Amino acid sequence: MLQLYFPVLLFILVGIGLGLIMLALGSLVSPNRPDPEKLSPYECGFEAFEDARMKFDVRYYLIAILFILFDLEIAFLFPWAVVLPEIGIFGFWSMMIFLAILIVGFIYEWKKGALEWE
Amino acid sequence: MDELLLPAQRLFGAAWPTVWTLAKIIAITVPLILCVAYLTLVERKVIGWMQVRIGPNRVGPLGLLQPFADVFKLIFKEIVVPTGASRTLFFVAPVLSIGPALAAWAVIPFDDGLVLANVNAGLLYILAMTSVGVYGVILAGWASNSKYAFLGCLRSAAQIVSYEIAMGFALVGVLMAASSLNISDIVRNQSGGLSHWYIWPLFPLFVVYLVSGIAETNRHPFDVAEGESEIVAGFHVEYSGVAFAVFFLAEYMNMILISALASIMFLGGWLSPWPTIPDGLPWLLLKMCAVLFIFLWIRATFPRYRYDQIMRLGWKVFIPITLVWIVFLGAMMQTRWAYLFH
Repeated sequence: MLQLYFPVLLFILVGIGLGLIMLALGSLVSPNRPDPEKLSPYECGFEAFEDARMKFDVRYYLIAILFILFDLEIAFLFPWAVVLPEIGIFGFWSMMIFLAILIVGFIYEWKKGALEWE
Repeated sequence: MDELLLPAQRLFGAAWPTVWTLAKIIAITVPLILCVAYLTLVERKVIGWMQVRIGPNRVGPLGLLQPFADVFKLIFKEIVVPTGASRTLFFVAPVLSIGPALAAWAVIPFDDGLVLANVNAGLLYILAMTSVGVYGVILAGWASNSKYAFLGCLRSAAQIVSYEIAMGFALVGVLMAASSLNISDIVRNQSGGLSHWYIWPLFPLFVVYLVSGIAETNRHPFDVAEGESEIVAGFHVEYSGVAFAVFFLAEYMNMILISALASIMFLGGWLSPWPTIPDGLPWLLLKMCAVLFIFLWIRATFPRYRYDQIMRLGWKVFIPITLVWIVFLGAMMQTRWAYLFH
C-alpha cells in the first residue's frame, strides 16, 4: 500500500530537482556584473526610501485565519462526502447540524464586516 | 514490451524499479514542459488574433520557434539579486513553486490505467500540492525586499487561499457524486457517454471550479497580484533570467493542471462523448485544450477585477453557492432521484 506512494515521492524530488538544475544552469551560463544601481530594489526609478518589510493591512491576517477555519471544514467534509451513500440519512443530518453551526459563524463574520474591502 | 525491457532490468538489478519510475516521470515531465512552451506561443497567437493582430511570426515558420528563442534568452540573462534580499529564501521561492506544480501530475490519469501512481487519496494529494504552491509566492515577495513584491505577495496569498476554499467545496461535490477519492475511479464513474459526465448534475460547481482555478493561478482577470499597470509584476518583480523562467513555468504548469483536473472531474477525462466511439488519451487532450482556450479567451475579453470585487466574489458569492449545492446534493441523494446525481 505505502509503496504506491514511492513514485509520488520521487516525483516531488524530481520537481524540486528540476527547479534547482534550472537555477544552477542559469547562474553558470549567465553573466554576473553587479552594480549598486542595478542591485537596488526596483521602485520605478526612485531611490528606495525605506525598508520594504513594512506594516501591512490587518485584513490579510484576518483572511488567513478565516481560511484555516474553512479549510478545516473542508477536511471534515471530504470523508463524509466519500461515504455518504453508506451512512445514509443519519450521516446526512449529522453533517447538516455541523454545517449549520459553521454557517452561523459565517453569517456572523459577514455581518461583522470581516469580509469587507472598501 | 516486458521482454524488451529485460536486458535493462538485468543491467540495473535492484535499482530497476527506481530507474523505471524515473523514466516514467521523465516521460510525463518532458511533454509537459513542451506543452508549457507552446502554450505561451498559443496564448500570444490567440490573443493576437482576438485583437486583430498576427502575434509572433518572426522566429521560425509562423513563429513556431519563438518559445525556444524565449528560453535561450532567459537562460543567458543575468540573475539579479537585490541588495536587501534574503539570498537563500530568494532562491528557495522559485523551487518551492515549481516542485509542487510538477509533483501534482503524479496522480493524474491520462488513460484507463495510464497513471504514474494510482493512489486512493489522489484528490487529497492534489489539493495538498496546489496548496503548497502559495508558499513560493509568499517567500518570493518577502525575500525580494521590494515594496511592489511585498504588496503583490500579500494580495496573491490572500486571493489564493480565499479561492482555495471555494475550490475545495467544489471538490466535495465531485466526491459526493463519485464516492471515491481515487481520480481514476472518478473518471470511470462518469462512463456511459456525454449525459453521464458530472458537468450536468454539478454545473454550478463546475463554473465555480473553473473561475476559482483562474483566480488560483493568478490569471487574468484576477491578476491583481501581478497587475502590470499598478505594481509592475507583483511578487516576481525582482526576479530575472532563469529565476523568472522557473516562476513562469510553474504558473503555466498550474494552468495546465487546472484544465486537466476540470476535464477529469467534470468532463469525463479520457472518456469519449458517445459510448460507440473508443475512449482514449486524445479525448483528454482535446478537453484540456478546450478548457485552456477558455482561459485565454477570458484573458482577452475581460478587464481586470478590483481587489475588493475579487474578495467579494470568492467569499460572498462562491462559498454560499457551493454550500447550497452541497446541501442540495446531499438531500437529493437521500431521495429516490439519487441516481441522477451519481
